[in-house]
Amino acid sequence: MIYHEAGQFKTSYKQDMAMLPIVQDRWSVVALVTFAVAGLPILLAFGTDAFTSNYLYSAILIPFLILSLASIGLNILVGYCGQISLGTGAFMAIGAYAAYNVAVRLPQVPSILAILCGGIAAAGAGIAFGLPSLRIKGLYLAVTTLAAQFFFDWLFLRVSWFTNGSASGSVTAPAVEILGIKLESGTGKYLFVLAVVVLFSLGLKNLTRGALGRQWMAIRDMDIAAEIIGIRPVYAKLTAFAVSSFTIGVAGALWAFVHLGSWEPLAFSIDRSFNILFMIIVGGLGSILGSFLGTAFIMILPIVLTRVPAALGVPLSTSTISHLEVAVFGILIIFFLIAEPLGLARLWLLAKEKLRIWPFPY
Amino acid sequence: MMTVIPEPAPGEQAFLGRQVAREAETILDIENISVAFGGVRALTDVSFDIRRGEIRAIIGPNGAGKTTMLNCVNGFYHPAKGSITFKGRKRAQMRPHEAARDGIARTFQNVALFRGMTTLENIMTGRALKMRANFWQQLVRAGKAEREEIENRYLVEEIIDFLQIEHIRKTQVGVLPYGLQKRVELGRALAMEPDLLLLDEPMAGMNLEEKGDMCRFILEANRHFRTTVALIEHDIGVVMDLSDRIVVLESGRKIADGTPDAIKSDDRVIAAYLGSH
Repeated sequence: MIYHEAGQFKTSYKQDMAMLPIVQDRWSVVALVTFAVAGLPILLAFGTDAFTSNYLYSAILIPFLILSLASIGLNILVGYCGQISLGTGAFMAIGAYAAYNVAVRLPQVPSILAILCGGIAAAGAGIAFGLPSLRIKGLYLAVTTLAAQFFFDWLFLRVSWFTNGSASGSVTAPAVEILGIKLESGTGKYLFVLAVVVLFSLGLKNLTRGALGRQWMAIRDMDIAAEIIGIRPVYAKLTAFAVSSFTIGVAGALWAFVHLGSWEPLAFSIDRSFNILFMIIVGGLGSILGSFLGTAFIMILPIVLTRVPAALGVPLSTSTISHLEVAVFGILIIFFLIAEPLGLARLWLLAKEKLRIWPFPY
Repeated sequence: MMTVIPEPAPGEQAFLGRQVAREAETILDIENISVAFGGVRALTDVSFDIRRGEIRAIIGPNGAGKTTMLNCVNGFYHPAKGSITFKGRKRAQMRPHEAARDGIARTFQNVALFRGMTTLENIMTGRALKMRANFWQQLVRAGKAEREEIENRYLVEEIIDFLQIEHIRKTQVGVLPYGLQKRVELGRALAMEPDLLLLDEPMAGMNLEEKGDMCRFILEANRHFRTTVALIEHDIGVVMDLSDRIVVLESGRKIADGTPDAIKSDDRVIAAYLGSH
């Protein structure tokens, strides 16, 4: 009843090809973004004490947004273009360290520009490590990106130039400044990250539903057929690597500058790569929405696993919980790969289809 | 089947705004092509030509080298010997996407669609070469990017209309029945507005009704879109009815070339198909 599109007539192809052709979807997204931008900060400012709101910002909201951005980035490459990558952590690290070096060595450069430089450096590395994809596919390509992961882990740990000579390898990013205002409060950091994520989501959604996105998907689905209709595999694959790595690099720089503040190379280890790959598998390959859903799911799951047994009066030790977490993750990944390879995004779509004809499914 | 198709009046404007093809101009000229895979000689000194506007069939028993021939024409294989001249230009070695740029489209024996995309997206992808908006315009989907999407959508809708697949416009092609998938694949090839359309067994595995439909689409594409067609097909009835000229291959060699009537009574063709006595 609520989600009916009856009576919404499209009279032009422009309307038919809109990002959200159904009115209810448009309003939901507007409402969600408004809530995220204004409602939530106001609620947290007046509704809770400073400790809780700070916890929500720094432990949940900000990491959720940044990891969503990384997931979207990886989804461009894996979900849309079909090139498997296990090097997400490395590309995040490149973004973080490039931004750090720009910020430390050229203090007059504004923070936003430094973060963008992180993205550009990661895009460059992405293109370089994407070159093998022109020759090899699937598992072999995954191994190449794995090599990138180990190489950059080593590079940032051993070559002290990147960490500005820090003895322990741990570095501290200068405070992020936007238009002369230092970002210190949770609210400020949250809003900044939110703005970046919304802009990236819009831009990448536009790319994926346009000509370039179709080229990526064509390469993913059938590269031979893509070539005979005139798509250059070199161009399609390398743009996917570049766009994906750029996004992941920016996410890495944000992770370092806004979320962590100070970090060491271990923050971007292979665990991070797998973590984000799980997010897009659970969320939905080839879906921007799925990237958000998957990130939320993977982030909330440990919290639920910690809180629920305690709330039910079944006290579990911390080690049991962390073991349980690994086991549940494993089961979920297998479940999604078998039962719903298109992930939560697909379930969401099915739910919407059901809702369209509810309550009279005939 | 339907052999009587009225010729369009001279100068008649074609469906997509093309001029009526000039008859008898050679569009593709194949001279002494030889291809070998290791010791297996897939093609040996094969020569034939395709004229603009005609439907040219390539027939022959299994393993005769028909698909190999198409693969040479559209750049998958590089013949060891011989030359291919397309639209008056002799081709050096060429990648498939360059052949596409030159105006050669193709469908495959086993459907090669983009399974994760909808019918509409598949056919829109066929317009890839016509889309010229740069990265930044696409990123904000403004200006040229938005304009191109809409303009090309009109053309794609025209093809969808023509192939009568409006009802599956927004269905993922992976779930479509085989006959419809073949139709979508033809649509994607037509969306390229090719000068030469290579069809590799477009009717394989179809029932009689679907075959009839497909014949109609090929004839109409040839007539309305002014597309020159090179066709591989095993159904001899279809081949005889559709094609203007037929080339017959056997074991990598050309054994006959001519009009359907001439082929029908050619002794070597009869021997190749039925065995000699």
